[in-house]
Amino acid sequence: MRIASITNWLDERLSISTLAAVAQKKEVPRHRHSIWYYFGGMTLFLFAVQVVTGILLLLYYRPSAENAFESVQFIITEVKFGWLIRSIHSWSANLMIATLFIHMFSVFFLRAYYPPREITWVSGAFLLIIVICFGFSGYLLPWNKLAFFATKVGTEIAGVVPIVGRPILRFLRGGDDVTGATLTRFFGFHVAVLPATATVFIAIHVALVQLHGMHVPQKYEHNYQRMKFFPNFIMRDLIGWILAIGVLAALAALFPWELGEKADAFAPAPAGIKPEWYFLFMFQTLKWIPAKILGLDGEVLGIMAFNVIALLLFIVPFIDRDPENRRRHLIFNICGVFALLFIVVMTIVGYVTK
Amino acid sequence: MNPDTRKTANRNSGLPESPPRRSFLDYLLGASALATLGAIVYPIFKFMSPPQIVESAENSVVAAKLSEVPPNSGKIFKFGNKPGILVHTAPGEFKAFSAVCTHLECIVQYRDDTKQIWCACHNGQYNLSGKNIGGPPPRPLEEYKVNTRGDDVVVTRG
Repeated sequence: MRIASITNWLDERLSISTLAAVAQKKEVPRHRHSIWYYFGGMTLFLFAVQVVTGILLLLYYRPSAENAFESVQFIITEVKFGWLIRSIHSWSANLMIATLFIHMFSVFFLRAYYPPREITWVSGAFLLIIVICFGFSGYLLPWNKLAFFATKVGTEIAGVVPIVGRPILRFLRGGDDVTGATLTRFFGFHVAVLPATATVFIAIHVALVQLHGMHVPQKYEHNYQRMKFFPNFIMRDLIGWILAIGVLAALAALFPWELGEKADAFAPAPAGIKPEWYFLFMFQTLKWIPAKILGLDGEVLGIMAFNVIALLLFIVPFIDRDPENRRRHLIFNICGVFALLFIVVMTIVGYVTK
Repeated sequence: MNPDTRKTANRNSGLPESPPRRSFLDYLLGASALATLGAIVYPIFKFMSPPQIVESAENSVVAAKLSEVPPNSGKIFKFGNKPGILVHTAPGEFKAFSAVCTHLECIVQYRDDTKQIWCACHNGQYNLSGKNIGGPPPRPLEEYKVNTRGDDVVVTRG
């Protein structure tokens, strides 16, 4: 009786029953490629893990060149379960980038960006950039040697871009060099600017998915079954998330994320230094590009090429918009497969070469 | 098949009735959900409670050089991770106390006009034996021993 009256009170004010009715009706298409529908939700779940563990780390982390390394050391040695929370934050970040790539390529190959879903794709592309920025800014925060040099190189790459490069570099570094000022800035980006931006884009992205529903590949358009979102799909989602928690805990326990040595602005870069795996393919490409191509700096050309590709990513749904255009369809498939192969091969090469 | 006929059918076939089996599964599912939740929440709560930091058990510290504290003056010094106050009284005696006010933990200071130890936060007053003589402080300040060793003024915990 009491609960019923509370529910009624809330319902009159929030009209939960209307929402529940809508949720009841929500359905997910069921066909041979349904498996790919789970990767967006998985990415979102891992993002939630990042938010929770990130807030926990904030309780002890100190964002300054003098204290950052020591505070992370304190977290992993003194704080109860500190090693676990920190390792989960690092592992979950990496898994999130992996599931995001899987999600992106599956959407690309299944052509889920066809009208009217262009803006869903564009907001997703923004989220990809945001997540990469999360990774790059978060990597510096423990203020260890690897992070210090990765940030030096990464910001230097931004600085290579003609005209705008130098101001961007100074903006990112908070000066001409990577110093404590850079750390404070990256901390601000990582815990305030990026989370706020990500929240907006996630809201848009998810709202649009709700609005348009799941995209059904052309092949199955007239031949698919449906599954209730509540509870059938969400239960399946849940199983994936519980598995993810298990995988994260296992990874964190078996392969705790290393802290390394404290950054030293006057020590040489350690031998065999490499960026995180999701930057490896770019790193390897830049290593192989000749110093001069047609009288231009090879490095500058390589970096500009990556920028152009990033730009192309955003306009994919505006070039390929006609489901009946078979030739364009084929070209896009070839480009996608080539990009995927390029990333995979270069990452492996980058991983094995000394 | 309606539930009643199913019950009868189960009974007749010698199988256990389905409701208890279902409630057992529900119980199992609920228990594992709780266990999972516990395994997530417990580390989070433990993480949030700050670890004990081992204090360096310093028993003795050089509080000041003789020249730093002329008669009728005081100086705050670091005693472990807590502040202490060294007072050189007008007659030339050295006194040392904990500088943490017993009222609400502000840091006290020596006043050369009233020749008292004074807390600026709520006007607490202590005499030069550390006794609370005015304002809100409920207890005297903890007193330390003072020795001079050459040019050093050494404070030792009692």
